[in-house]
Amino acid sequence: MAKELWKGNEAIAEAAVRAGLQAYFGYPITPQTEILEYLSRRMPELGRAFVQAESELGAINMVYGAACAGVRVMSTSSSPGVSLMMEGLSYIAGTEVPAVLVNVMRGGPGLGNIAPSQADYNQAVHGGGHGDYPRIVLAPASVQEAIDMMGLSFDLAEKYRMISMMILDGSVGQMMEPAEMPEMKPIVERNWDWATNGALNRERRILSSIYIEPAAEEVANLRLANRWKEVQANEVRYKEYFLDDAEIVVVGFGTAGRVSLSAVRAARAQGIKVGLLRPITVSPFPYEVIDQLTGQAKAFLVVEMNMGQMLSDVRLAVRGRVPVEFHGRPGGMVPFPDEILHEVQRVNGANLSVQTDPIDGWLARMAEVK
Amino acid sequence: MQKEIIIAGFGGQGVLFAGQVVAYAAMDAGKAVTWIPSYGPEMRGGTANCTVVIADEEIGSPLVQHPLLAVALNLPSFDKYEQMLATGGTLIVNQSMVDRGAKRMDIHTILVPCNEIAEEIGDKKLTNMVAVGALLSSLTELSIKDVEKALEGHLPARHKHLLPKNFEALRRGYEHAQKELDKVPA
Repeated sequence: MAKELWKGNEAIAEAAVRAGLQAYFGYPITPQTEILEYLSRRMPELGRAFVQAESELGAINMVYGAACAGVRVMSTSSSPGVSLMMEGLSYIAGTEVPAVLVNVMRGGPGLGNIAPSQADYNQAVHGGGHGDYPRIVLAPASVQEAIDMMGLSFDLAEKYRMISMMILDGSVGQMMEPAEMPEMKPIVERNWDWATNGALNRERRILSSIYIEPAAEEVANLRLANRWKEVQANEVRYKEYFLDDAEIVVVGFGTAGRVSLSAVRAARAQGIKVGLLRPITVSPFPYEVIDQLTGQAKAFLVVEMNMGQMLSDVRLAVRGRVPVEFHGRPGGMVPFPDEILHEVQRVNGANLSVQTDPIDGWLARMAEVK
Repeated sequence: MQKEIIIAGFGGQGVLFAGQVVAYAAMDAGKAVTWIPSYGPEMRGGTANCTVVIADEEIGSPLVQHPLLAVALNLPSFDKYEQMLATGGTLIVNQSMVDRGAKRMDIHTILVPCNEIAEEIGDKKLTNMVAVGALLSSLTELSIKDVEKALEGHLPARHKHLLPKNFEALRRGYEHAQKELDKVPA
């Protein structure tokens, strides 16, 4: 199929449709509203379910219900809206049903603003709803990647009976790029052996997140932990740029990653041996490749559009063997390639210690931002 | 090769569409391209801008601090992007909406009376296409033909009758800018 110029949000919506999305429930919020708007037209046209719910709470619980029925279902929102969905997400996780959620992140905390941000990394990857549960989190950096990850999100959610989230910042949602759509997949009735989709001529099934007996809840938790080991072993994805001989490794996901690519190219042109690792799955996180890169790198530079969240995961992989430096723009600010190039030059020339907290140095350098 | 272009003006001047037309032309010419709008509250009535990046390889940053090319359709955009342009870059200014000349001497500033030219053609809404035509004089990676084909291919069917006037606007903008460029001593 030929390339077309697609806006990120609309591309996500169409890609979900082509991946066999059967039901969508959502609530408008900038900068993701175009997804909902697009699907409000497209889903009824195909005879599929679309509901603009009364709130994000309503939307996520409708997703929960549809997920229990075993259909391909998703919701999309932006940061404050996703926060409202956390209780429902925890119930979905506890019930072990597959669901897809897209968070087009904006500046926060609180009402914040509608500018691009990556501040919900920890919420998506490490936290969110209550209780112990893993979830898959994909982080596209371009419109094409967002399209490709939409189908993958459904496949992974179903394969592991788990929430699969896609986190992107508002700029990927609003950007237009040439991209190729996959072919339209037919709706497949999957008839999962767990789905509560009508007990005619079969035993009744019960789906629930209640385990009144702590011992039974512990068994359920351990089942999730073991399933997560499988996800970690099979589903890590990332993209490498100029890493073969890199002595400095920049790590960034989503937009921070692609802006870093411009800086890495500019630094290479100056003869600095620098490369870029762009995690595509931020959960499961590519610990192993960072562990391997620690053998060749003299320093890492983590670049994020937040106050240093993925930084903790990189440090966990590096385990204090070489310095890990940080550059971040929080609050809805997007870094420019020039400032990351400046950071690469600084890290290249500096005598860094593994003993210092990278956040201290970052805050000192950010002191001029008033 | 990488070229960055910022197109800026008041909301309603067709700034975002002008950028999309350039992006379509670049895509059809087989280039990598990104188009990104300012989507903040300013889109509701104030100034609007979009950034288009055209390259031969995977595009990194979709935003640039110091673009090589910019189009300013009003005075606030002229004030802002004159400062931000990269040295040696080219700034296309809608002369109809500004009351001053260039301040920076290390960039090329090309003044084009876009409103007047559009009105001569018979539709003030063509201001943006006059500006795109002028831009093409400095964006050698794309020809007027490329942009015409993009308009033909991607303009909604109900607007197709407007194509001849759009083509004329492109050509008039290009010719005006080319004349200005010819005045610049080599």
